[in-house]
Amino acid sequence: MPIDWAQYQPNQFYDELFAAPGEARPAARKLASYLASLGTRELAERQRDAERAIAEMGITFTVYTEGQNIDRAWPFDVIPRTIEASEWARIERGLVQRLTALNRFIDDLYHERRIIADGLVPDDIISTSSNFLPACIGANPPHGVWANICGTDLVRDGDGTVYVLEDNLRVPSGVSYMLENRMVTKQVFPEMFEHASIVPVDDYASQLFDMLASLSPRKVDFPRVVVLTPGIYNSAYFEHSYLAQRMGVDLVEGNDLVVADDECVYVRTIRGLERVDVIYRRINDTSLDPECFDKDSVLGVPGIMRAWRAQTVAIANAPGAGVADDKVVYAYVPKIIQYYLNEEPILPNVPTLLLRDDEARERVLGELERWVVKPANESGGYGMLIGPRSTPEERVAMAESVRANPRNYIAQPVLALSTAPTLVQSEIEPRHLDLRPFILQGQRTYVTPGGLTRVALRRGSLVVNSSQGGGSKDTWIVATDS
Amino acid sequence: MSLLSRVAERIYWAARYLERAETTSRLARVYGNLLLDLPRQAGMTWDVLIEITGCGTIYRDAHPNPGVDTAERFFVAAKSNPSSVRSSLAWARESVRTTRDIVPSEAWRSINELCMDVTQELDADTSHRRRYGIHTRVVEGCQQISGLLADTMSHDAAYQFFKIGRHIERADMTTRIIDVAAAALLGREDLARFDNTLWMAVLQSLSAYQMYRQKVRRRISAPDVMQFLLKNDQFPRAIAFAYRELGASLASLPRNAEALKKLGTLRRMLAVLDAARLDNATLHQWIDDAQLGLGELHSLIHATWFEPTANAFQQQTQFQSAPAPSPAPPRTA
Repeated sequence: MPIDWAQYQPNQFYDELFAAPGEARPAARKLASYLASLGTRELAERQRDAERAIAEMGITFTVYTEGQNIDRAWPFDVIPRTIEASEWARIERGLVQRLTALNRFIDDLYHERRIIADGLVPDDIISTSSNFLPACIGANPPHGVWANICGTDLVRDGDGTVYVLEDNLRVPSGVSYMLENRMVTKQVFPEMFEHASIVPVDDYASQLFDMLASLSPRKVDFPRVVVLTPGIYNSAYFEHSYLAQRMGVDLVEGNDLVVADDECVYVRTIRGLERVDVIYRRINDTSLDPECFDKDSVLGVPGIMRAWRAQTVAIANAPGAGVADDKVVYAYVPKIIQYYLNEEPILPNVPTLLLRDDEARERVLGELERWVVKPANESGGYGMLIGPRSTPEERVAMAESVRANPRNYIAQPVLALSTAPTLVQSEIEPRHLDLRPFILQGQRTYVTPGGLTRVALRRGSLVVNSSQGGGSKDTWIVATDS
Repeated sequence: MSLLSRVAERIYWAARYLERAETTSRLARVYGNLLLDLPRQAGMTWDVLIEITGCGTIYRDAHPNPGVDTAERFFVAAKSNPSSVRSSLAWARESVRTTRDIVPSEAWRSINELCMDVTQELDADTSHRRRYGIHTRVVEGCQQISGLLADTMSHDAAYQFFKIGRHIERADMTTRIIDVAAAALLGREDLARFDNTLWMAVLQSLSAYQMYRQKVRRRISAPDVMQFLLKNDQFPRAIAFAYRELGASLASLPRNAEALKKLGTLRRMLAVLDAARLDNATLHQWIDDAQLGLGELHSLIHATWFEPTANAFQQQTQFQSAPAPSPAPPRTA
């Protein structure tokens, strides 16, 4: 049966594909009429094709439950999410602006600390941040860039405004799923790619490799780049091995590497030790070097911080970069942009209250059911409270946590996240989503066209994390003729 | 840039487990048919096959009172049997999963699909009628992966470790098959009537029947079969062939002196063996020595190329507590 888009009702929410029932936005017009011609039954069949392809390609993510690791097939919805190319151009400028400013900020924090001296960011916010690493003070990563790979979470509110929700500057993941989503979509909708002008995304691995190679301290023709993974049971192991494979570099674990007496990093090979120039690390700061941070870490490499400080090896992202992805620091990013770049922020922040402020805290705790409260340093959606969906017990528990450590919490209004049509048990229904583009910064800056769209598969849910029932969609940047 | 030691090890084990899965399925397929033709006193049962793979003790401990199908299930489908088709494929898949950055993606896809299919079949159905189909799927799947690697992977050090794993496992498996067949058959006058059938089955389990026929143009006999499976260096599942391939692969690797020396000893042992005049005891002793030698070769390979501690720069502190998760319990070591 053909799909009648007039029946699709996103209600009060901003829908990414439809301006009104039956009226597709320009970037989605070809897609909507193509899907309508397929009909729901055929669409459901393509969904099954996609799921089969995902299982066969072994695209998985790992969930920890009760001490067990379970490999699950990557959840994917066949209906792509579209964004107009002209709108994307503006978002892209905003992302570059933001990361450029954040890198200047991090470099400043580990050197002169001008922004603190000038009174824009309070000292205690930085000194109490668990992501500020004194071991990094005075270090000089290549090009003055600390966060080389950034995954920024964007959301769209009811009025259509795109906000930055989070800057992920530590070890952001998801880019492999963005690439695989496109591969799968090409397999199940080959017809669409013949007609619509959809910007390709598969350039990412070469861009990533070029950026990493540009960090090499040795100016050799073929610097040795490695991807450092916490190991085969990590939830993002799939991505680590995927990126290593696509770049044609070695995927290493901590005990493949060794720091020698000359303060250089070497990898153990069948020929003996060989010098490493650039490490794309996918392990946390504090696991990097047991000499320097967590003494019990078996994932890291003893002495690697010495090598990094001596600039015999580059590490991306640089240790300590996470100081700028603290959710309290987040609240200051608009000011940070103005301070370092003397520009107005292109992409706005979600209005954010710092619960360290007495007035803000009392206001929020008095009406917790109206706010989203987040801890400053968690990721993956853990530890946060979505007020309107919380139970009284959860609110009491959150209030206690906030009072015990107010610096560690922020509050944001509940956003009316935008929706897109999603196939749910052979029916098309609106579901909430976000977007995580990836930005690379070395000598130059690169932004993925689009990014990873994550969708909350449960009706009404706002939680898009794959570990908590979220799915994903291919994201199309579409150049329309208009 | 040289291959990582850890990656070399995983590729080596991927090959061994793929080879083990394939041979185990070949054995199951052939003996499944053969058992229908033989009298009981021949003593050819699934228990014999379990002995071949060296898992007799595990089997008897797990199943003190076996039923009709227990042995076959254990041999093919048991998770508790580290050498069952299911376990071998699962280990092979895990080894490839953890070397996906090196192995061509089609090969990963193939092993992943193969595992999915076989697990599904094994879970769903154990009727005799469909078992043949499962084993054919396994043999074809393993062949497909070997072919994919041969044709899509650079024949560099990583590939050489794949070949080394395959040929050590194959040589080991072939000696086991010969050993058990000989023990069951040599000197059993009462079974003379079935001699032809049995040696045919041995050849078939190694896919050697056709090639044997082309090479040896007379009635099937034990000495001829033995000679062929041990000393023919042109048939891919014969021991002499496996040794030759091992030699070529080892020669292409750095720091290979010790391993080549050990292989030289194994090759001389084979050269002086006179397969035409073997009695059961001599053969059995020779096979024991050969298996021991293969185990030693494995240990040398491990010490030379996989052992991450063999270096002057080694730091003494953290590493002991952080072993690389090695997916494979070695059987011959």
